[in-house]
Amino acid sequence: MQRILLFLFRVRAFLLFLFLEGIAIWLIVSYNSQQGSAFFNSSNQLSGSVLTAQNNVVEYFSLASVNRNLVEKNAELLAELEKYQKPADSVFIELDSLLLHSFQFKGAKVINNSINLSQNFITLNKGSNHGIREGMGVFNEEGVVGRVKGVTKNFASVISILHTDLLISSKITSSEVFGSTKWDGKNPKQAKLLYVPRHVTIEVGDEVVTSGYNAVFPEGISIGHVLEVKQGTDTNYLDITIELTADLSRISYVYLVENNQEEELDELYQSNGISNE
Amino acid sequence: MSSRRVFLLVVGFVLYLIIQVMLLKNLVLFGTAFCFLYVLYILLLPVDFKTVPAMLIAFALGLGVDLFYDTLGIHTASIVALAFVRAGWLKILTPTGGYDDDLQPSMLNMGFGWFLTYSLPLFLLHHLLFFYIENLGTNLFLPVVQKIVYSTIFVFIMSIIAQLLFYRRRRGI
Repeated sequence: MQRILLFLFRVRAFLLFLFLEGIAIWLIVSYNSQQGSAFFNSSNQLSGSVLTAQNNVVEYFSLASVNRNLVEKNAELLAELEKYQKPADSVFIELDSLLLHSFQFKGAKVINNSINLSQNFITLNKGSNHGIREGMGVFNEEGVVGRVKGVTKNFASVISILHTDLLISSKITSSEVFGSTKWDGKNPKQAKLLYVPRHVTIEVGDEVVTSGYNAVFPEGISIGHVLEVKQGTDTNYLDITIELTADLSRISYVYLVENNQEEELDELYQSNGISNE
Repeated sequence: MSSRRVFLLVVGFVLYLIIQVMLLKNLVLFGTAFCFLYVLYILLLPVDFKTVPAMLIAFALGLGVDLFYDTLGIHTASIVALAFVRAGWLKILTPTGGYDDDLQPSMLNMGFGWFLTYSLPLFLLHHLLFFYIENLGTNLFLPVVQKIVYSTIFVFIMSIIAQLLFYRRRRGI
């Protein structure tokens, strides 16, 4: 017995090594689910407040470009608003009010961001106290940014579009063909458009937007432009590279969108056995 | 262990952690060369530092860095592995005559050539583990190798600069 104890004592470093690595691997595995607990990441209270303090200093450096982008977005929204003014003399059909109110928008500030790893995350300065919930879509004035992974009271962590596991349901505006946008982990300005069949003709420069099928994003938020179309090597699908419109290296303010009918849609899909990405 | 040494260890821990997550997190050259300078803290623990406390410190340091990088567990796993092999590696590299007891195995104390053979394989091990785990499930071979090689070189250069600027040569012989 004493020998066993002595032996264990002699290899205590190795045992501790195994134990600590075990914890680390458990953390990696449990964190890698798409919707995880938000305690042990940059959206917890401690690191969140540190990042906020850091951001308060750093944000002054990007104020000019942020202002310019916001002005552009305002102009665009004003033009959009013009369309909804009731025309003076023509028949006006009011949309179903339920449809009108199915999406809700919120704003937040980015306090932490990374683009160079293969699984990048973003931290926002708003959380469940401000009505942010898991699964909300995140975009800015340029295009899609990501999707909320987890929230705490005052902070939220977002799976960036530059995350090799995030799929975003998208379509090409010119041909109305659907596909999924996924980052391939190489260039933070480019992504791949998957599952577009070979018979579709696609021009370089075609716009790619959200499809509105998976109830995270409303239809028509810009994702990118087609940069290159190649015949895929093995499958039935084209190999399409798109250039992302959102420049993830300099995002500072983002909008969050929530679909009020998402639960109902998910319920419908589940009861019919359809898996929704 | 004198209280002054403990104090220096704690201050070093906090400083490395803060500098890593506040400044160096944003320093990525050409999208491939990362600067994980916090690894140097574990490398420069005194020679007679036991493996068990070194691993516990490495675990805490890795977890702290992970919180801010949103890479939960990956930094932790790789830095703990580094702390585990450090003592053995130091033993292999013992110069003739052995080490002084609480010697810091830095470039200033041991010379450039010795520090190169000591630190470069350990940096490489840490980066290999980090980028391998980080890219599990993706099939990016070449970009990962690029990241490992360039980051290792970059961190090595940065660690030399940091030692020249902020560390002192041991007084005496």
